[in-house]
Order: sequence, then structure tokens, then C-alpha cells
Amino acid sequence: MNQPFFRRHDEMLAERPPPAATVGVLGWMRANLFSGWANTALTLIALYILWLAIPSLVEWAFIDAQLSGTDRFACTGEGACWAWLDQRFGQFLYGFYPSEETWRINIAFVLLFPALAPWLVENMPGERWLRWFSIIYPFLAAWLLVGDWFGVLEGVTTNNLGGFTLNLTVGLAGIVLSLPAGILLALGRQSRLPLIRWFSIIFIESVRGVPLITLLFVSNIILPIFLPPDFALDAVIRVIVMVTAFASAYMAEVIRGGLQAIPKGQYEAAAAMGLGYWQSMRLIILPQALKISIPGIVNTFIGLFKDTTLVIVIGLFDILGIANAMVSNPDWLGLSSETYVFVALFFFSVCFSMSRYSLHLERKLDTDRR
Amino acid sequence: MANQTAHDTKDSFDVRRLMTDERSRAVVLQLLVLLGVALFIAFIVSNTIANLQNAGLASGFGFLNDTAFFDINQRLIEYTSQSTFGRALIVGLLNTILISALGIIAATLIGFIGGVLRLSDNWIVSRMVTAWVEFTRNVPVLLQIIFWWAILTSLPKVRDSISLGDVSFLNNRGLRTAAPILEPGMEWVIGAFIVAIIAAIAVSHWARKRQEATGQIFPSGWASLGLIVGLPLIVYFILGQPLDWDVPKRTRFNFSGGFNVTPELIALWFALSTYTGAFISEIVRSGISSVSRGQSEAAFALGLRKNQTMRLVIIPQALRVIIPPLTSQYLNLTKNSSLAIAIGYQDLVSIGGTILNQSGQALEVVGIWMAVYLTLSLATSAYMNWYNKRIALVER
Repeated sequence: MNQPFFRRHDEMLAERPPPAATVGVLGWMRANLFSGWANTALTLIALYILWLAIPSLVEWAFIDAQLSGTDRFACTGEGACWAWLDQRFGQFLYGFYPSEETWRINIAFVLLFPALAPWLVENMPGERWLRWFSIIYPFLAAWLLVGDWFGVLEGVTTNNLGGFTLNLTVGLAGIVLSLPAGILLALGRQSRLPLIRWFSIIFIESVRGVPLITLLFVSNIILPIFLPPDFALDAVIRVIVMVTAFASAYMAEVIRGGLQAIPKGQYEAAAAMGLGYWQSMRLIILPQALKISIPGIVNTFIGLFKDTTLVIVIGLFDILGIANAMVSNPDWLGLSSETYVFVALFFFSVCFSMSRYSLHLERKLDTDRR
Repeated sequence: MANQTAHDTKDSFDVRRLMTDERSRAVVLQLLVLLGVALFIAFIVSNTIANLQNAGLASGFGFLNDTAFFDINQRLIEYTSQSTFGRALIVGLLNTILISALGIIAATLIGFIGGVLRLSDNWIVSRMVTAWVEFTRNVPVLLQIIFWWAILTSLPKVRDSISLGDVSFLNNRGLRTAAPILEPGMEWVIGAFIVAIIAAIAVSHWARKRQEATGQIFPSGWASLGLIVGLPLIVYFILGQPLDWDVPKRTRFNFSGGFNVTPELIALWFALSTYTGAFISEIVRSGISSVSRGQSEAAFALGLRKNQTMRLVIIPQALRVIIPPLTSQYLNLTKNSSLAIAIGYQDLVSIGGTILNQSGQALEVVGIWMAVYLTLSLATSAYMNWYNKRIALVER
């Protein structure tokens, strides 16, 4: 007992590194994967699922896959059969568009990027000219896709539109038209004029209350009854009208939420500045209301784009319709997993990039100092 | 001169003033809108009358009493091909309600589990759930419905059914599973179940009152569970187990006994509940994270445990944010169930479509569709408004 149980230090002790188990990879793993027995169990279950799913998926989709061949009998292995891609890829993109004319779709698609750029990218060089270009783009694209005006191009009927081209056409037209329509409806619903308010409410609630499919049936079966006998509206145009009407009702509700979130002081300040109704909306209210409703607006766009697949129930062949046709084709019977996974990837890439872009926009425009 | 005219316009009537004076402008604008709508409706009505006369169709709902002459393989009530169109529509409506109810239950479960797992501290689990949610949300639900249906209908034929514990059999005609046979006495068990639910509600009410008055906590959750499970079980065994199962048996070409769940119903149910579940899990996640951190810190400071904090502090506040979008997701699921037509599940829209093709009564059938779905959604929004009013924060 001659050893003292404490030691006296006359100088500061050197700093020691933290225990190895709390920093670095080990520390991270302990905090995020193995903190407590429940968490460890969850991690192990998750790892087990991944271990079951990923190797077999990779094996199916890539390693054992058959890449070439003229029909399904070429695919003998266990893996996926991608041979049809080689034969049918064009159909998935262009539908039944005449194959010697597909360059028109390609040009319209390429020109889409400069038309979108000034709205999506900030400080685009030549922004003013590009904005003018994007205003004429819809007409240019329509002419390229189906026009025969001035006899320059051979006329293609809209019956030939199909595949992903049809999804993009209907989706983009719906997006471009439903935003202004939705803004007008939202303003109408907030209007002080009772008649305009009631018409807006009736339109919004009755469109939102029914499934899109019934509206498409209406466009197919009821519109010909409502219109004069010799007046036939093109099928694709009817679909665009219905999809736009449907999306604009949802859009109106999203924007109404934004309008309601603007403090009353803003309306009063605008009126005090001597601004009229349209001026105060355009300069004060809508810029703020639209900014806070961006997530909802983009979600409506995404929903609209996904809903373009519903055209198959009225007999148009969009990319899903082409997939259905291929799955029941005797040459390629029973390739449903491959085909539908392929189509799903198309939609996922478009919709996911839209939602990521909206997140980016939200962060960029977030001027709240919170 | 200029002053003179200005004075004149103030007193005498001038057309230009109609658009510059705010009140008269409001009246004029509304009259114009009314006129436009009236002209539009008149245009449609006159066209409709002319078109219907040309086609020689009688309007009205008399056709609902005509014989249907088509079969419906998925039905909850008695129906044969000799039944009327009206009865066929009711079968379709019940099928819509069936798939919506099943889908809503499953989507809620999936959504709440998914939302909680996404917020989990476990990195790998939250990432996996995020990946699943993002993929499911960004792929059209129609594609998912068709995909699962294609998978289910490419299962082995009836002869090579996949056996699930010799009670249920999975094949390309769906799931053949055991059917419960209710023997006399079973109604008492069901009665006991209902009594137990009422008793459980009463117990938790009493427990809350007592806790508010005395601060003593009664384990009402466990007590309710015991009541709801225990009471029917006791009655069941006292009455000598009055429940039998009609288990399907393999015969030469098919099965005898049991009942069959069609692949259409399974595919639709699975696709709708995972799709809507992914959306609900987003709603649940944002609802829970909308409760500020200070709330849980305050609860911990009061000495509540983690699950108590969740149950008593976080969830009641999160529900305020979760319920409104949740009800609109339920409505979306109900409306999306009309996509059943793509795979041949016979819901209201699908059967309506068949009737429309057979009878040509397009206006009436579409009118029925609209009326049914509008009633559903207006009732839902009425409920939502009521709920919002009830739970809205009372602010000073």
C-alpha cells in the first residue's frame, strides 16, 4: 500500500485521440448501423435482402441475358431476353410512325432542348432569342410531327403517333397548357365576382372528383354527341384537351394553396401602390404564390406525365400500348418482365429528373432566411 | 371644354363608364361570362338532341331494367347473365368498393411502416426504403398494375399449382384458398368481438379520464388488445369451435372446394396498395418531421421514454399534418381503381363500359360514373373540412 492511488501531474497531459470505435468508418457504422440490438437486426435483415436481390438481379439482367436474336426462341438461357430491343426499339420510341420519316421526330426532339433551356437554366447565353424560339417551338414541333403545310413535308396523320413520342407529345402539351389554365382557375376561385367564383369551383371540383379514365371515355364517346355531326376532332387533340382539363383542376388547387399562403398585407400593399387587379397579381402576388407552390406544381406535372399512359384504354398506342402489343405477339410471347421493366425505366428517368429539378429549384429560390 | 365633357359624363349615362367603374364592371363581366356559358350549353344541348335523333337513341334510364346477357366472374352478390343492367352496375360498384377498401387498408399499413423506416437512424434501411419509394412513385400505376397482372397470369397452370402449405394454391387462375364455413354459434363469436371492441373503447375512455383526474396510468392498450382477442376466443372455445374451413382439394383437372381470388384482384390490389403506400410514406415522413425537435426534447426532459414520446407527443401533432393529404390519397386510390379496366377486373367503369357498348346509352352511363365518383369525393372533402376545423390549432 505504499503506492499512491493517484498521480500528480505538473504539466498538461497530451491530448489523446478519441476511441477508435467512435470516429471514422467504424464510428459511423456503430452510430448508423449497429446502435442497439434492434438496429443491428434491421441492418442484418436489410443486408440479407440486398444479398438475395442484387446478385440475382444483375445475373438476370446482364450476365445471363441474351442480347440478339430474331424471336423469343433465340432466348434459351435463364436470364433476361433483350433480343427484342434490337428489333423493336424503334417502335417503342416512334410507334407506327413511317420509318423513313422518323428523322422529323428526332429533329423535333433535339430542338426541344433549346426551347426548354431558357426556362430551366439561369443566365443562358442568348436567352432572349431562345425565349422567342420556345414560343414558336410548339407550332414548329406540330408541323414537324404531323404537318404537311406548304407541301414541304409529307403529311403524317396523328394515328401514326405512338410509342414514347406520343407520351412526350401529350405530356408536354398538357404541361404547357395546364399551368396557365390552372392559374386562371385558381384566380377565378379566389375572385370576388360570385359567378366567376362559382363556375371555377364547379369546374375544379367536378373534374377533380372523377377518374381521368372516365374523362377520356367522355372525349371518345360523349364529345362526338356534343359536337355538330360533321365536326370531327382529332383523337390526339381530344386526349390533350382532356388531360389538360384534368391537370389544370389539380394545378388550380395547388396554386390556390400558394395564393392563400400570401399574407393579406401583400394584397393591401399592392392596392395601396395603386396597382390594378391584374397588375398586382402579375407583379406582386403570383410571383410569390407560384414560388411556394413549385413542389406541388411539379408533382402535378409528374402525375400528368404518368397519366399519359391511360391513352391505351381509348385505343391509342403509347409506349405502354406498344409493350402490351409486343408481350402478346407470338414471336415475343411471355417477355413481360423485360418489356415492362424497360418501359418503367423510361418513365422513371423522366419523372425522377423532374422531381430532382424541382428540389434544386426549391433550394435556389428559398429566400426565407430561416 | 374638357371640363365640361368630364362633368357631363359624370351625370349622364356613358357606355365607357361601364368598364371603368368597379361595380358596374363586375356586373358586366359576370353577365358576359353567364352569357358565354349559356350559349355554350345551348350549343351542346342542341347538338346532342340532333345527334341522338339521328342515331335513333332514346334517352333515359329505362335500359337499366333490360337483361344484361354478359357474365361477371368477380361478384359479391348474386348475379347471372340473365340479370339486369342495373344489377350489373351494382356488382361493379361493389367491386370498386371492395378493391378500394382492401387497397386503403394495405396502403395505410405500407405507408406508415415505410414512413417510419425512412426516418430510421439506420442508414442502410432508410436508403433502401427511399430507393423503393422513389422508384414506385415515379412509374405510372397503370404500368405497375399490368406488370403484376402479367406476372400472376404467367404462373404455372392449374395442374402444377404452387402449394402454399397445402391450404392455398397459386396458379395462373389466381389464388385458390380455404373458405371459412360459419356453423351455428359463430354469430355469438362475432357478437363477442363487437362487444369487445365497444368495451375496449369504454376502457380507454375511462383510463384517460382517470389519468386526467389522478395522474395514474392504466395500460389501456394492453387491456384493449386482451379484450378484443381474448373475449371472442373464449366464446369460440366455449361454443365448441363453431368454425370450419373448406380447404380446396386437388381433383383431376381443377380444385374442389375453397374459393378463388382472381389474379386481376390480386394484381390490382398489390399495385394500388404499393403505389399509394409509397405516396403515403412520404406524407407520414414529412408529417413526423414537421413536428419540431423541441417537442421531443421537451418530452425527454419530462422523463418520457422514446416510445411514449412518439405515442403521446409526436404522433398526435404529426396527424394534424398527415390526415388531410392522407384522405386525398385514399380518394386517389379509389379513382385509380378504375384502371382495372386495363386488366379486366370488373369494376364500375369496366362494367359500365360493357353496358355502354351493348346498349349505346353513353350519356346515361357516363352520368352514372360521374355521379358515383363525385359523391365519393364530395363526401370525402366534406369530411376533410369538418376534420380540419376540429383539429385546427386554436390561435389567439
